[in-house]
Amino acid sequence: MDLILNPWPWYVGGPLIAGIMFLLLWVGRRFGMSSNLRTVCAAAGGAKASSFFDYNWKDERWNLIVALGAVIGGWIAMNLLSTDAAVALHPDVIDQLQQLGISDAGKAFMPEKFFTANAWSDPKSLLILLGGGFLVGFGARYAGGCTSGHAISGLSNLQLGSLIAVIGFFIGGLVMNHFLLPYIL
Amino acid sequence: MRSLSYLFIGILFGITMFKVEAASWFRIYEMFQFKSFHMYGIIGSALFLGVIIIQYIKSKQLKDAFGTPITIAPKEKTIARYLIGGTFFGLGWALSGACPGPMYTLVGAGFSPILVVIFGAVLGTFVYGVLKKYLPH
Repeated sequence: MDLILNPWPWYVGGPLIAGIMFLLLWVGRRFGMSSNLRTVCAAAGGAKASSFFDYNWKDERWNLIVALGAVIGGWIAMNLLSTDAAVALHPDVIDQLQQLGISDAGKAFMPEKFFTANAWSDPKSLLILLGGGFLVGFGARYAGGCTSGHAISGLSNLQLGSLIAVIGFFIGGLVMNHFLLPYIL
Repeated sequence: MRSLSYLFIGILFGITMFKVEAASWFRIYEMFQFKSFHMYGIIGSALFLGVIIIQYIKSKQLKDAFGTPITIAPKEKTIARYLIGGTFFGLGWALSGACPGPMYTLVGAGFSPILVVIFGAVLGTFVYGVLKKYLPH
């Protein structure tokens, strides 16, 4: 039981992700978790603003159902399958984050400053979350996929485009992490 | 029935993202600091098996559960959209600590401000749709 309640190691997680990719192929779909954002825009009448959203979004409802499942899965994992969700980070990372004002590094699953209810009354936190989300949504559609679509599915299919996209993910991620986050946090 | 299979796969995905801590802002930060093998192990082992699975499907021309041959559309042969779009995505990934899949997982796990990230992601998707014809691809 402890094996389930403790955090799962990478060699369990990676194969599970590959299995999920296979299951989606097997039910006639493709692994890509950002497509549902486009479906939301299309369902909300985005076709009036751009032909990019002018398609029969009802055919893509499946990706909203997968997203709903991910919400339920998150609830199950947090409430039924975890005793202590604290992430065991590298000590250097804990020190570094504490210096940047993230005091709960190593003691929590998410930084409280941004992801607990307190953040709702902190305009700076909300702006960071909004900006981060915007870049993820914009970048994922621009690149034609996100971590699941490119780093897992695309690379598994040996696509050069996906390799370039993953290189881009790391260029952007490293710039943000090393040069911008110290000023933003 | 098909809807139920999508829901089941989503649940399995959500549990996995949380339990392997791929949904944790901290793990993404640590990954970009190159201080832990954890995230690289997850992506690497998923890829190792993923390549085998996809190559097997292709070589055996497997069919899905409904008898339709499994085909995977190749990505376009351009560079600009992947490099530029990817860089935008990476900036957001490192800032919000969440890629699109884990965002939904975190809603369920009760980290309510993630809803702001999701709202931003929908907005970003919408703005891309509007600007698409002006952007280099």
